[in-house]
Amino acid sequence: MFNNILLASDGSDHAIRAAEKALSLANGNPKAEIKVVYVVDGTKSKADVLHNWNSIDVDRSRKEKLTLTEQKLKHANINYEIKILHGEPGPSIVKYANENNMDVCVIGSRGLNSLQEMVLGSVSHKVAKRAKCPVMIVK
Amino acid sequence: MDISTIKQNWFGNVKGDILAGTVVALALIPEAIAFSIIAGVDPMVGLYASFCIAVVIAFVGGRPGMISAATGAMALLMITLVADHGLQYLLAATILTGVIQIVMGVFKLARFMKFIPRSVMIGFVNALAILIFTSQLPHFVGESWPMYAMVIGALAIIYILPRFTKVVPAPLVAIVVITIIAIYAGSGVRTVGDMGELTQALPVFLLPSIPLNFETLAIIFPYALALSIVGLLESFLTAQIVDDMTDTESNKNKEAKGQGIANIVSGFFGGMAGCAMIGQSVINVKSGGSGRLSALTAGVFLMVLIMVFNDLLVQIPMAALVGVMIMVSIGTFDWNSLKTLHLMPRTDAIVLIVTVGTVVYTHDLSKGVLAGVVLSAIFFAAKISKVHVKAIMVEGSKKKKVYKVTGQLFFASVTDFVASFDFKEDVDYVELDFSQAHLWDDSAVGAIDKIVLKYKENKTDVAVIGLDQESSDLIEKRAVYNKSDAKLANH
Repeated sequence: MFNNILLASDGSDHAIRAAEKALSLANGNPKAEIKVVYVVDGTKSKADVLHNWNSIDVDRSRKEKLTLTEQKLKHANINYEIKILHGEPGPSIVKYANENNMDVCVIGSRGLNSLQEMVLGSVSHKVAKRAKCPVMIVK
Repeated sequence: MDISTIKQNWFGNVKGDILAGTVVALALIPEAIAFSIIAGVDPMVGLYASFCIAVVIAFVGGRPGMISAATGAMALLMITLVADHGLQYLLAATILTGVIQIVMGVFKLARFMKFIPRSVMIGFVNALAILIFTSQLPHFVGESWPMYAMVIGALAIIYILPRFTKVVPAPLVAIVVITIIAIYAGSGVRTVGDMGELTQALPVFLLPSIPLNFETLAIIFPYALALSIVGLLESFLTAQIVDDMTDTESNKNKEAKGQGIANIVSGFFGGMAGCAMIGQSVINVKSGGSGRLSALTAGVFLMVLIMVFNDLLVQIPMAALVGVMIMVSIGTFDWNSLKTLHLMPRTDAIVLIVTVGTVVYTHDLSKGVLAGVVLSAIFFAAKISKVHVKAIMVEGSKKKKVYKVTGQLFFASVTDFVASFDFKEDVDYVELDFSQAHLWDDSAVGAIDKIVLKYKENKTDVAVIGLDQESSDLIEKRAVYNKSDAKLANH
């Protein structure tokens, strides 16, 4: 059984499809808990700080991106927690998954960044290579 | 601050800090040289400044992990001062900038940062990016294809290399590769050596050789003021970004004082004014730097590199630096704002465009910020000056009308407010309900005076009700209508 499920999300369409798969993994398991992990890198930090009045607004705008995912989780009545991490997306997700003994990582195959799309979602690649747990890459 | 915090700030992350500091030092060289050339001074001025500021900030800054050095925003403000009066006046202005920044830190001006709208800050970075870019265009004048090819080559290395390795900063690799090509191909393109003299010496303490009189002060003060405002603005913005990236807090007023001290030291050691750098700070944190040691390492290692590679610095082709500056300008520009411009509130978009326009027109970032802040203040005043007045007739033996007022009454809103009353209407009694309103100034009191007295002229009784404490205190002090009213009642 997968009890500790890590769902990597940036609020993109790919991530929302990943959320649906994470839900089906958790379905019917009362012990399942989904950790929704959202990673903020340097470029994102700069943009978010520029576009918001203060740190409270920054926090709110990030949580807003995950609203749809959150609604799905609430609707399915599954335990979840939202974690906002700082750093490079790939290594941060791997570090969190390994340190917190996750049973499985669920991640969308492509994120929002068009440059990274060219190399077919390098974040999911990095996670698949380096995480110690099984990784599900959702197409 | 206790010993354990100091220890944590300095030695909490030794390995990460030293590695990141080294990367930052390598990344600082091309920028420090290029910013010196923008300002119109010898590349050594920018390099000394970067060394002094990075090292001093490591000790006195308020945001561990943030990198400060010679910057484009500051260099752009110095161009006319250097062109009209020379380097010595720039050094004096740098010292004065430091003094002003310390004063701003002592008076805790960082708290006013929250009044600067985000559209002004976005305008600030976008205008900065545009100015850095346009400042590179003169380097293309009268050049031939080898120079264009080198710029393109530098850009190609800068953007493609990080896909394979991120160990060495790509801009530095670009500079090295292009320099080697230029030397061996004997292409004869313009080099850093053609722009000014590089002297191999440690920075020495000296007083700027300028007449110490009022005339000098009158020349440097406007520059110093603009430099200190822009420097602190970029430093606070960078500090917020580093705060966010590291998920920690920082002391902005301490940072202001630190920037001041760093600029004073820089000025006395022959360096130009600088501030925190967004790009370099992001590189630092990404490379694993988070403590004070990384800024110190960056400064010291930068000095070592200058001493060792001094002879080679003069041979760097300008084309390579132009490539680096184009990269800096692309990295500085907030591309998100282009995508979301049509989604922003109309007034925010106008403020952004006016801020950018003012800077591009005046070549002065501080004027753009000022224009943006003033314009958004006007927009804000216009937005909250909408006062709603709702009239309700109350049936009874007497004809009574209640006016419910909602909104903020102040100088900008009173004209429309007074105009929404018809004083000649056929009623016996009028009640003005201010329970949803607030009075801010004399104009508000004057407006109420005018309304009450006008109704009285027309033999209509008026009652003012529902004022909150602050508003009724204001009425008590400044209004006329209730005083004459009191007299009438006594008769």
